[in-house]
Amino acid sequence: MVKPEVYRSLGLSDEEYKRIIDVLKREPSTTELAMFSVEWSEHCGYPHSRNLLKLLPKKGKYPTLIGEDSGGIIVDDLAIIFKMESHNHPSQIEPKQGAATGIGGIIRDIFTAGARPIASLNSLRFGPLTEPYNRYLLRGVVDGIQFYGNCLGVPTVAGEIYFDESYSGNCLVNVMSIGVAKKDELARAFARGVGNSIMYVGSSTGRDGIGGCSVLASHEFKEGEEKRPTVQIGDPFTEKCLIEATLEALATGHVVGIKDMGAAGLTCSTSEMASVGNSGMEVELQLVPRREADMEPWEIMMSESQERMLVCVKKGKEKEIEKIFSKWDLHAVVIGKVTDDDIVRIKDKGKVVAEIKAHSLTQAPVYDMPYKKPAYLDDLNKLDITKISEPKDYNGVLLKLLGSPTISSKVWVYEQYDHMVQTNTVTLPGSDASVLRLKGTNKAVAATTDCNSRYCYLNPYKGAQIAVAEAARNLVCSGAEPAAVTDCLNFGNPKRPDRFWQFKNCVEGVASACKFLNISVVSGNVSFYNESVKGVVNPTPTIGMIGIVDDVHQVCTQFFKNEKEIIILLGTSKEELGGSEYLKEVHGQVKGDAPDLDLWLEQAVQRTALDAIRKGLVSSAHDCSEGGLAVALAECCISNKENMVGAVIDSLTFDVRKDATLFGESQSRIVLSCSKKSVHKIRDIAERFGAPFQIIGRTGGKELKILVGKRKIINLSVEGMFERWIDSLQSLIMA
Amino acid sequence: MLKAEIYITLKKTVADPQGLTIKHALDSLGYKEVEEVRIGKLVTVRLNINDKKEAEQRLNEMCKKLLANPIIEDYSSKIEEV
Amino acid sequence: MKFGVVVFPGSNCDQDCFYVVKDVLKQPVKYIWHKDTELDNFDCIILPGGFSYGDYLRTGAVARFSPVMDSVIDFAKRGGIVIGICNGFQILLESGLLPGAMLRNTNLHFICKYVYIKTENIKIPFTNLCKKNQILKIPIAHNEGNYYIDDDGLKSLEKNGQIVFRYCSPEGDVNKESNPNGALANIAGIINREGNTLGMMPHPERSSEAELGSEDGFLILRSILKWLGSK
Repeated sequence: MVKPEVYRSLGLSDEEYKRIIDVLKREPSTTELAMFSVEWSEHCGYPHSRNLLKLLPKKGKYPTLIGEDSGGIIVDDLAIIFKMESHNHPSQIEPKQGAATGIGGIIRDIFTAGARPIASLNSLRFGPLTEPYNRYLLRGVVDGIQFYGNCLGVPTVAGEIYFDESYSGNCLVNVMSIGVAKKDELARAFARGVGNSIMYVGSSTGRDGIGGCSVLASHEFKEGEEKRPTVQIGDPFTEKCLIEATLEALATGHVVGIKDMGAAGLTCSTSEMASVGNSGMEVELQLVPRREADMEPWEIMMSESQERMLVCVKKGKEKEIEKIFSKWDLHAVVIGKVTDDDIVRIKDKGKVVAEIKAHSLTQAPVYDMPYKKPAYLDDLNKLDITKISEPKDYNGVLLKLLGSPTISSKVWVYEQYDHMVQTNTVTLPGSDASVLRLKGTNKAVAATTDCNSRYCYLNPYKGAQIAVAEAARNLVCSGAEPAAVTDCLNFGNPKRPDRFWQFKNCVEGVASACKFLNISVVSGNVSFYNESVKGVVNPTPTIGMIGIVDDVHQVCTQFFKNEKEIIILLGTSKEELGGSEYLKEVHGQVKGDAPDLDLWLEQAVQRTALDAIRKGLVSSAHDCSEGGLAVALAECCISNKENMVGAVIDSLTFDVRKDATLFGESQSRIVLSCSKKSVHKIRDIAERFGAPFQIIGRTGGKELKILVGKRKIINLSVEGMFERWIDSLQSLIMA
Repeated sequence: MLKAEIYITLKKTVADPQGLTIKHALDSLGYKEVEEVRIGKLVTVRLNINDKKEAEQRLNEMCKKLLANPIIEDYSSKIEEV
Repeated sequence: MKFGVVVFPGSNCDQDCFYVVKDVLKQPVKYIWHKDTELDNFDCIILPGGFSYGDYLRTGAVARFSPVMDSVIDFAKRGGIVIGICNGFQILLESGLLPGAMLRNTNLHFICKYVYIKTENIKIPFTNLCKKNQILKIPIAHNEGNYYIDDDGLKSLEKNGQIVFRYCSPEGDVNKESNPNGALANIAGIINREGNTLGMMPHPERSSEAELGSEDGFLILRSILKWLGSK
């Protein structure tokens, strides 16, 4: 009889335990209990989110691929596979290894599908840098990403870093990876064919990642023995060898199915491969390579040791596969076989320690949670703009925003990432999105991660829609057609109705924006329980989006290129300060509603910009986001330090308050620069699509001047702006 | 069975920015008495031989060939029975 | 001309080198697994960048003992052209084919960015298409690019014209500001006494096509090809 405190400490409720008994028709063994507890956990079973996730559209502009561990789209004869995942809690404890193993895990999800990983992106959120622990976390996470990603030879090409009080106590580390394969060469993650072998490849198994399960231990650790590490340790060299060996093995045609051992290690891979393949599997644990003595069966099944895969190999071909992995100095051992009885049978020294129908492990309970709009939100959304005083020193405000952590240049971070390896990076970090060429074609894939979580805190539905719209806008500014999304949904405790209300609204927002823009959601991840004694994180539905550039010679970047060009603003500036960086940094308030989003307007503006770029009419394109129009214009002037071009903005109309026009974060606005002769052509395109079009000034000189009538309200040298923007983050981190 | 501890350190003539950074960090934590910090490596090797002299000679070779780079590193070792 | 790209466990710029030789320089190229020892048929051997053996112990320390390295040493002794890029340079240093050693970057971080290097020796297979003191824009990406050699070693390198590239400003000034990693005398690349083995930290294979940001690195590959052709 299993005691309630045992299964409860593994995260299983009384009802879930009863359900296990119903399924097995008996009490579970220790190993079986461990297996259910991980397969039915939030990370593997998605009990609280599965139903809502069904809202996310799977159809889009390109044919969609939904695989077992990732998803993607088909472009001509290529499959572009991508996914984003979180590694929040491990990074909060041990930032370097937490981030490193996050990278390792997401990249395994890509090459396990048979796609060579071509890039990584990341979306990071920390508490204010004024707190030493947050600085430690940022340094550690960046170190972890560079340590693992650089060694693997997968370029880390783009990302975002946000700072907000809500992340103190619980940072967010979302990592995304993209891979490419010929569409006919993708691999599946199932086990099929009675008699086929089950092989374990990669590193040996230790006790990594099973720290919280001491309740199951049948012996006490002796005095002085080390406790099980709760944090996994990554070895990128082994993973690099694993990538090469796996792709070589897949090319032989002898692999029926393959799955990486990520969360819940062997438990997850055995049960899911069997379940998806509608078959059974039998495994002998004594055959599993291990690096620690006396491991109990449940420890082997729950271990999260890194850099391991499970492979279903055609009978008779095991030696060939073993030879490939040995060449790369990796373990490759037959540990079991596919059976015909739909059961996952785990043996230890010949004795059965677990025997469960594969489907019952993978069909975790699903819960529809109660939700309720938080009481504070109505008041919080009320922003009386008349009570916000207009600044006297607009120059000072712009400099302050350029130097604020969320807006300032992230060069200190991305120069630590190898963003050029694989020689595909056509647009380097520092522009709106990264663009990677697809060798052997004339096309390229653009990628970005986006989410303004403050908007989501003020209005989850609209904030989530904006995240999608902004990602698409960033891709469009790079010359790409937005194609598909992978999402990483980070929220608090789903059992609390106000948190679940945020989650539900965000998912609905993502779904509605993606459906409108005809963008499919092909993969993703949910991370709940992101809260600490300091509070709950802002609702953060991070959007990772890729787009397709049809002609790699028509990419576009965000910085002004030449003097005497015309600057155009597409879109409209409204009197909205809610949720803006300006309101927070200058007025110390987080209040109001998220800016309005009119998806028709958004689409008109995006289509205009993309069409103009594709026709070669545009020199630069940059969207307005945090910091508003003034920050966007400043970034156009300074983000290419080798050629900083100033601007004179003398025809901007100020229909609303000056600070709202310059620093408000109205959506659906893009700043273009073009030669004089292209202006009327772009105007025609804007008219055709119905996008508001306004000439606001021209490039030239070494200052950014913004005039109201004849008065210069902003007059800053590009050098001065650059200095503030480029060094701020480093100074704050090294404080 | 013998156990050896090999200490590999940067030669005195080689700059050690890591050591310098750590010295500054200790200083900012209040340990003003720290004059210098140098970072090195400790390699522990268990040897299945019993003759200390033979072990010393073999370890010397290992250090010269692989464990230390004589252009930039010095090494020293101590051996004990286990 | 036949090029060979050596692949160690952990090399990660091998495919980039292979691609640039095959598709941009348009020459025959093969991969050489680190356990292969047959190098007779090659005209130029490339040791690519990456993290061979995870950079364990010291970067390049383990790779230098791979079976292929004895053959590379023989190949170089017989006058074959060898170019070591980044980790390749580090392996050449550890194996003694080039003098000196690499230390960690002074800022203790990995650095990935475009830099400018000045070409000081153009009378060698690797730079014969460059002008004297020509400034090349080529990216670096490394943790350990801080080149070190003792005083006598440095004097010898300078006396024998073995310093091929130095980090400089876009205008060509060799100074502290333009030195990204603390390398002694801003040294970014050197050759052996015989002039047939080059080690350089910047990546020419990443700067051989305009759409990637610079074509300056291609001058080095074309120089090698020209020199081999005229032999």
